[in-house]
Amino acid sequence: MRKAFVSALTERAATDEKVFVITPDMGYSVLDDFAQRYPRRYLNCGVAEQNSIGVAGGLALTGMVPYVYSIIPFVTMRCFEQVRVHAAWMNLPIRIVGIGAGFTYGTQGASHFALEDMAIMRALPNMTVCAPGDPIEARGIIEESFERPGPMYIRLGKSGEPNVHAPGTEVRIGKAITVIDGKDMVLITTSNTLMLGFEMVTALRGKGVDAGLVSMHTIKPLDVEKVLSIARKGIPIVTLEEHSIIGGLGSAVAEVLAESGSSIRFKRLGVPDEYPSIVGDQRFLRSKLGMDTIDDATLRWLMNNGQK
Amino acid sequence: MVNRSGTSHVGSCLSAADIIYTLYFRSMNVDPHRPDDPDRDIFILSKAHSSVALYSTLAERGFFPTSLLETYSQNGGSLTGHLEKGPVPGVEASGGSLGMGLSLGLGIALGKRVQGRKGRVFVLLSDGECEEGSTWEAIMLASTLKMDSLVAVVDTNGLQACGRTNSIIDQRNSAERWRSMNWSVSEVDGHDVDALEMAFKERPNGPHVVLAHTVKGKGVSYMEDRLEWHYKVPNDEQMAIALKELGRGKE
Repeated sequence: MRKAFVSALTERAATDEKVFVITPDMGYSVLDDFAQRYPRRYLNCGVAEQNSIGVAGGLALTGMVPYVYSIIPFVTMRCFEQVRVHAAWMNLPIRIVGIGAGFTYGTQGASHFALEDMAIMRALPNMTVCAPGDPIEARGIIEESFERPGPMYIRLGKSGEPNVHAPGTEVRIGKAITVIDGKDMVLITTSNTLMLGFEMVTALRGKGVDAGLVSMHTIKPLDVEKVLSIARKGIPIVTLEEHSIIGGLGSAVAEVLAESGSSIRFKRLGVPDEYPSIVGDQRFLRSKLGMDTIDDATLRWLMNNGQK
Repeated sequence: MVNRSGTSHVGSCLSAADIIYTLYFRSMNVDPHRPDDPDRDIFILSKAHSSVALYSTLAERGFFPTSLLETYSQNGGSLTGHLEKGPVPGVEASGGSLGMGLSLGLGIALGKRVQGRKGRVFVLLSDGECEEGSTWEAIMLASTLKMDSLVAVVDTNGLQACGRTNSIIDQRNSAERWRSMNWSVSEVDGHDVDALEMAFKERPNGPHVVLAHTVKGKGVSYMEDRLEWHYKVPNDEQMAIALKELGRGKE
């Protein structure tokens, strides 16, 4: 995903003088190509995230479109109030590009985890929140970001994520993508759990469950119509995200369902309300926290949708 | 405005008023008829609680009708207690949280440089605001970038929200601090408009800071150097005295 982001941005910068990249000293080797080609539109501002957003705000006030790139907690939380005042309140086209979704930096410890970012960013008025699930979605979202008004938060994994979508799949901000249709249940996933969701749905289908998969790469504005269209058919929904179960995709979908009058069964999979006290890589932590499977009891409960 | 709305920071406005006046009437290249001119000089009021001083100056300079000043902090009005960009022309940025303005001004100066635009950027900070770490992040980057179009002005009135600035965070060596970060430093009487104008004319090779020594509540005997006028609102009788002492019929 990171490569897709950098290459799309570098291509665009050749013809779009507004593209500017700021990093608070992150992206070693990743941003080199951009920096060499466009040295006047690249700035390492030092280890100073608050200043990075302030400078981005100033650039945006002069008509530039700055992309601020760093690891998620640093570029969203350390400078959250600058994001609120400069990006959200002034509605400026600042792009906050965070890498390291969820447990990407698994063994590094919770300072580097991104578990609360979608919750806080989606609470900001004017903010578009995108969380692409594979390089195809990442590229599509970056390409749309060049012309989109207002601020954006773009949540990336790291690198090496496989493509789930076929090349040429249309990616539009605010429009969920149905990967697999299902009649028994639908798994809605976001961000870096797209491949995990694909594997889980494939396993369910192997067990005879007609499970579907939807990629919700935009958390805000949420594709409400997609959620409601599933609910109207009475199909149970499971959400999957490598983020706290509080405030992210699961919460956003639950809000829609709760106000829709729907009575479908609904389950959130994600990170429980805790910082894991065990050491492990991404795959290990997902498994340890139980967010990579739907246990049999839950599955039975979901499948008995609407019945006592 | 303050009397009518019942909101204060009047002391902070009076310490900054001469600085803002000098910028808009003597130093900055601005045209109220072209508030979006990309080559204009830009003023960022980082200590955005002094909004009344800026609103009044902008109205007097012709950016919007002075009658709008009556809507300050009124229900349904367009002038917020802390600055908001958008409702009226001339307000360049939203604010109200300290320590953010210098970064923003630096970004604007950088944007102008990259795009080959003219115009300097003036940022007015409070001395209390120099306690914010983010201010120093901007200070360090500005001199690294040799941002000679950036001018910081510090409204050094020596009082902050809860007491004497130097008793809370000792800033008596502030000139040395800025100088050590490779800024050019001028120190002037922040109520001497000629001295301010001279200081703003200086064009050193890198960023420039004007440490403006000011008096909170300047010009009103019962407010001068009194912390409580960060918060208090003059009643009708006090307002009459203040207007008389300030020698004009305006607010």
